[in-house]
Amino acid sequence: MIASQIRSMWLVFKHLFRKNVTVQYPDQKPYLSPRYRGRIVLTRDPNGDERCVACNLCAVACPPDCISLQKTEDADGRWRPEYFRINFSRCIMCGLCEDACPTYAIQLTPDFEMCEYDRQNMVYEKEDLLINGPGKYHDYSFYQIAGKAIAGKDKGEAQNESEPINVKSLNL
Amino acid sequence: MSASVWIILLNVFGVLIVTVVLAAILTWGERRLLGFWQDRPGPNRVGKFGTLQVFADMIKLFFKEDFTPKFADIPVFILAPTVVMATMLIAFAVVPISPNIGVTDLNIGLLFVLAMSSIAVYSVILGGYASNNKYALLGSLRAAAQTVSYEVFMGLSLMGVVMLSGSFNLREIVNAQAEGWFIVPQFLGFFIFFIAGIAESRRTPFDLPEAEHELTAGFHTEYSGMKFGMFFVGEYLAVILISALITTLFLGGWHGPILPPFIWFCLKTALLICLFILLRAAIPRPRYDQLMKFGWKVMLPLALLNLLATAGILLWTA
Repeated sequence: MIASQIRSMWLVFKHLFRKNVTVQYPDQKPYLSPRYRGRIVLTRDPNGDERCVACNLCAVACPPDCISLQKTEDADGRWRPEYFRINFSRCIMCGLCEDACPTYAIQLTPDFEMCEYDRQNMVYEKEDLLINGPGKYHDYSFYQIAGKAIAGKDKGEAQNESEPINVKSLNL
Repeated sequence: MSASVWIILLNVFGVLIVTVVLAAILTWGERRLLGFWQDRPGPNRVGKFGTLQVFADMIKLFFKEDFTPKFADIPVFILAPTVVMATMLIAFAVVPISPNIGVTDLNIGLLFVLAMSSIAVYSVILGGYASNNKYALLGSLRAAAQTVSYEVFMGLSLMGVVMLSGSFNLREIVNAQAEGWFIVPQFLGFFIFFIAGIAESRRTPFDLPEAEHELTAGFHTEYSGMKFGMFFVGEYLAVILISALITTLFLGGWHGPILPPFIWFCLKTALLICLFILLRAAIPRPRYDQLMKFGWKVMLPLALLNLLATAGILLWTA
């Protein structure tokens, strides 16, 4: 019994010469991978237009219900959120909104330092969320791929899309 | 005033202040060492290497609400933490630090230290009783039982040293070790005294009176602010006292080659304090019945055996 106690004391003592594992945070920043789930942003497509089509899938997927948005439609036929609001005091950074998003609009970033003295300041509006870039997907543009017709791009003109075929015109 | 009075005053206040300051520094030192042994830095942000952490803690303790529960036995509640600090500081009076440093040469110095460390237990018992709180009372009951059982062989383990040196005076015990430290002929005594010393100062592995996981904070559950601080410092004073005593009784006190006597004493005591902290870092807490069984069925017979063997050998060689 005594031998095992002395052995465990020796083993603990040897740790004196080990390297500390602590990352002293404000002085030393830990490496966060690009896929780290931190602050949420709304991205733009390569043309600089908002990617979000206000489909509400993120709001549905969100476990703590912290996303709130309202759809509106532009004159050119694009869907767009009228407002887009994330309450970060509720957000649990789970990334389910990012998974749910069909247009790569909503993305999580490696930034997590968003402390506020006032709880109300944790509510981010669309202007706070929007960034000026495409985020993790540089070339993706929803309206150039999807079949939805907008002004300047009719049906069948999207990438990898053929002209629509009128089924009734097929004389079989 | 004559020069000798000044020297006495210097000794008295020097020992008093140095021990209290050391105990305060130990609150930081222990956390730092524990940190290193757990692969983390410990408190290192206040001042150089965190040395000013002590002041930060002190400021925090002073500004905390010093809460006295309405249901407590208030005079006893206030008295309890002072007892542990006072007795521990008084016990330092007889510890000879170097040939010319030390407060007094009591001819029953060893008994005095044992008596003082026994009185310190009152602090725990009174604190737990006066808190009028179940956890505190359970903690103090444990403290009482533990201290009573460990005190028995704590005293017995030292009798070997007393027989070898033929004195209860700590200074004479140190002088008797000029040729060889008592840890060699009295290794069993050293071992037993060390374990009893941990139990006396209520440090992990024997910190059952304040076992956080079972009794919240044990006997000092209801204490806050500077009253808690005094319990805290009292515990560290006990650690320093036991380390200083082991140095004096078994490790030859200030004796040692090359370095001056004072340095030798400090070095040995510091090493023992580190050993105390290492014990806390490494050894888990036993169950309460295991603790009592270990005390009465293993340590007490061992201490008696040591006493008998030492006496027999002394008589044989005499």
